[in-house]
Amino acid sequence: MRKEDMDGKQIPFTTRRRFVQGIASGAAIAAWQWNGLPAFGEALTPKQAVLTGMHFDLTIDSLPVNFTGRPARATAVNGSVPGPILRWQEGDTITLAVTNRLKHETSIHWHGVRVPADMDGVPGLSFAGIAPGETFHYRFPVKQYGTYWYHSHSRFQEQTGLIGALIIDRGDRDPIEFDREYVVLLSDWTDANPETIFSNLKEQSDYYNYHRLTLPNFISASVKDGFGRTASERLAWARMNMSPTDIADVSGATYTYLLNGNSPNANWTGLFQPGERVRLRFINASSMTFFDVRIPGLKMTVVQADGNDVQPVTVDEFRMGVAETYDVIVQPADDAAYTIFAQSEDRSGFARGTLAPQMGMTAAIPQMDPVPMRTMADMGMGDMKGMKMGDMAGTAGMQGMDMPESSKPFPDNPNMAGMNMDHHEKRGMEMGGNLGQRPLPQPGPDATPIMPMAAMTEIEAHLTPSNVVHLHVGPEVDNVAMEVSERLNDPGDGLSDNGRRVLTYADLRARYRGVDGRPPTREIELHLSGNMGRYIWGFNGHRFSDAEPIVLKLGERLRLVLINDTMMEHPIHLHGLWSELENGHGEFNPYKHTVIVKPAERVTYLVSADTPGRWAYHCHLLYHMEAGMFRTVVVQS
Amino acid sequence: MSKRKTNQRSKVLNALAAPFWSATIVVALSTCFTLQVSAQMSKPQPSSMSAGATPVMERPDMGNQIFAHAMLDQFEGRTKGSDSELRWDGEGWIGTDMNKLWVKSEGFSDNTTVSDGDHEALYDHPIPRMRYFDAQVGVRADLDSGPHRAWAALGIEGLAPYFFEIAPTLYFRNGGHVAGRVTTSYDLLLAQRWILQPEAELNFYSKDDPGRQIGSGFSDLDAGLRLRYEIRRKFSPYLGFAYNGKYGNTASYVRQTGGTTSNARFIFGLRIWY
Repeated sequence: MRKEDMDGKQIPFTTRRRFVQGIASGAAIAAWQWNGLPAFGEALTPKQAVLTGMHFDLTIDSLPVNFTGRPARATAVNGSVPGPILRWQEGDTITLAVTNRLKHETSIHWHGVRVPADMDGVPGLSFAGIAPGETFHYRFPVKQYGTYWYHSHSRFQEQTGLIGALIIDRGDRDPIEFDREYVVLLSDWTDANPETIFSNLKEQSDYYNYHRLTLPNFISASVKDGFGRTASERLAWARMNMSPTDIADVSGATYTYLLNGNSPNANWTGLFQPGERVRLRFINASSMTFFDVRIPGLKMTVVQADGNDVQPVTVDEFRMGVAETYDVIVQPADDAAYTIFAQSEDRSGFARGTLAPQMGMTAAIPQMDPVPMRTMADMGMGDMKGMKMGDMAGTAGMQGMDMPESSKPFPDNPNMAGMNMDHHEKRGMEMGGNLGQRPLPQPGPDATPIMPMAAMTEIEAHLTPSNVVHLHVGPEVDNVAMEVSERLNDPGDGLSDNGRRVLTYADLRARYRGVDGRPPTREIELHLSGNMGRYIWGFNGHRFSDAEPIVLKLGERLRLVLINDTMMEHPIHLHGLWSELENGHGEFNPYKHTVIVKPAERVTYLVSADTPGRWAYHCHLLYHMEAGMFRTVVVQS
Repeated sequence: MSKRKTNQRSKVLNALAAPFWSATIVVALSTCFTLQVSAQMSKPQPSSMSAGATPVMERPDMGNQIFAHAMLDQFEGRTKGSDSELRWDGEGWIGTDMNKLWVKSEGFSDNTTVSDGDHEALYDHPIPRMRYFDAQVGVRADLDSGPHRAWAALGIEGLAPYFFEIAPTLYFRNGGHVAGRVTTSYDLLLAQRWILQPEAELNFYSKDDPGRQIGSGFSDLDAGLRLRYEIRRKFSPYLGFAYNGKYGNTASYVRQTGGTTSNARFIFGLRIWY
């Protein structure tokens, strides 16, 4: 098998690694661009460094940048924003010396990489952070493959540019065939001080929303849908002091959306030869932006999600929550250019790049889609259709109401099916032992499940249900969903019925069998809660500053039940452990590190607590995290 | 009843009260904010940075940060021919999600006198089980060209259903004086940046206070309709009309001194916040 190296050299796969290591004293810098590109347009696409090898020296410093036409300062790694692409090899032990030249503390977190807890890079949990002038030495074995990313976990440095792609090449043969590959790292840049953005949101939570409903909207909607219906919809929202246009907290009003650090005008361009299979490693490295990605004219075959291979599924478009990654294969047959179009979920802007046979070629940029509107279903109030004013009055009881029925066990869970059929308790005890107390491997062709699924059905599961969560509206909770549903086959607000085949979570079927076949023994239910108006976010109605850690027992297998009572999607990221999304594929449920929970949605995933330590667990919307949507998960023996 | 006279010195001082209070609020809040930011930046430094050493951990504290804002809702000239005066109504707060210190100041100023000068300092805490309402308790000082008064204040402020801002407050002072005030406003979006805001403030008093020309009962209403253009969120010039009316005994006092009890005027001003 031959494989295109990042710098375009055709190198047989077996020798490639040796080649890389040979030049990897310190860190080798290779050009990110394809060799021999024409000079025209080159300046528009700054080259992005790729560092390979086993030891890396990274320096974090402030850097003058200009993404918007105005000078600004960013937080850079080795003088670049986004930082250099790090390319590791599965099986290597990696060392990184990270030096802080900033005036304040910094850190780097390896997002999605399973490392010992003290190498995870979260100040206050993993370590004390990297003080100004200090060098921190990370060292850990790499026991996985895939597309990941790294970012600062210190305050808002992620927003100011401390982000970068991280690719781990497989130790065995990569079954995904491609001729050429590119990282497509999406981010949201602002010239504003993130502290100011956060403070503005506290004073006026719709500060950045310029899609609010206005009187002219109301008149035109009345003409279209009738006055009565329009008025009752408006009143239903106004009654709750909520807005159906509350899609993104921070928008294109301040953000410039970047693709590999290039603004839409700068037009990052990746070259291909017609007929080639091009692997695009999409990373949503933004702070607050969900991107809807498509390449008009090309089908995209999704082959990996969050670093784990999935059964190929061909789509026109996919939504990326903050911190998610998707690898797709495209095969442009024509000698033509194609636009990579990544519009923000609130349609306030887009990131754009081009795939072209030669530099300088461009394709049309599509119009952005209509601005999505939240529905009553998002608020957890069921469908508005046919709802009358009188019905709305009946929802007055929402204020101060306890959670109705969300704690009900999930009836048709595929993993649960048949779990209680037979009662070979003795065998279950034997299997119990100290399984899962050492880090389990990533699913792969050679990974052996610690208990095959076949055996699982013979074991009685002692499932301890979660404590019932009593959630009330109050200063920290502006809404408690009355009806929650599983909508894994719903691509999300603004994408349903848009005429394109859009990826959903239900489409993600792991390529390899999960490695932990044990049924969960415990459920933990967590409500994603918040008060948009006050810009307070948390779990179960509590901000991090008021919350206790979630304690897991080393080796235990558990189910996390997430219920979103807010009006927004939240990308929930569990550090250190995999999140095995229960999306109906049973032992082929996908492994993820970041899971989107849509408004009024219930999502569950299984977790093997196989690595001890203190881990961060949080919403990856940066300002939600800083506002309190963060918990410590402690795995202890 | 003899009309109360003030000497020239206190007139000057009082005329300065408006800018003084506004400036004081802004300076105080800016100082607090700066201190907060610098406090965050000077975190304790770990003694050792190598992997495996016992680091000095500082628990992250997401959700408990101190913020500060100051807003001049009304900073406007009111005019009808030669009759014109300056009106200001501003507020500021500093604190966390759960504990804030609020400062409010409002009043009128013409060439010689400051009237209706009301300045408050309040502790603010969200009300449990309420989504958008805070309880506020503190003090109010009536500082202007008239005799000064000090009150204890107790009120709530927040967002009522259908996006109505409302803040009813009760005030108490010695001699069994009780006062009440309700302020309310609504933002009607004509376009994303064109916002029409009806707003009203009503005052009630339990007893006469001739010194301040206040009569018992419903004393006065100040209502405005302002059309602002948000050049930026924090900077919006506006135009509009304001009505100021005195009622009951209050109107009688005002008439005795030759003042007007019903005043509709054109206004122009700036809404700015920090």
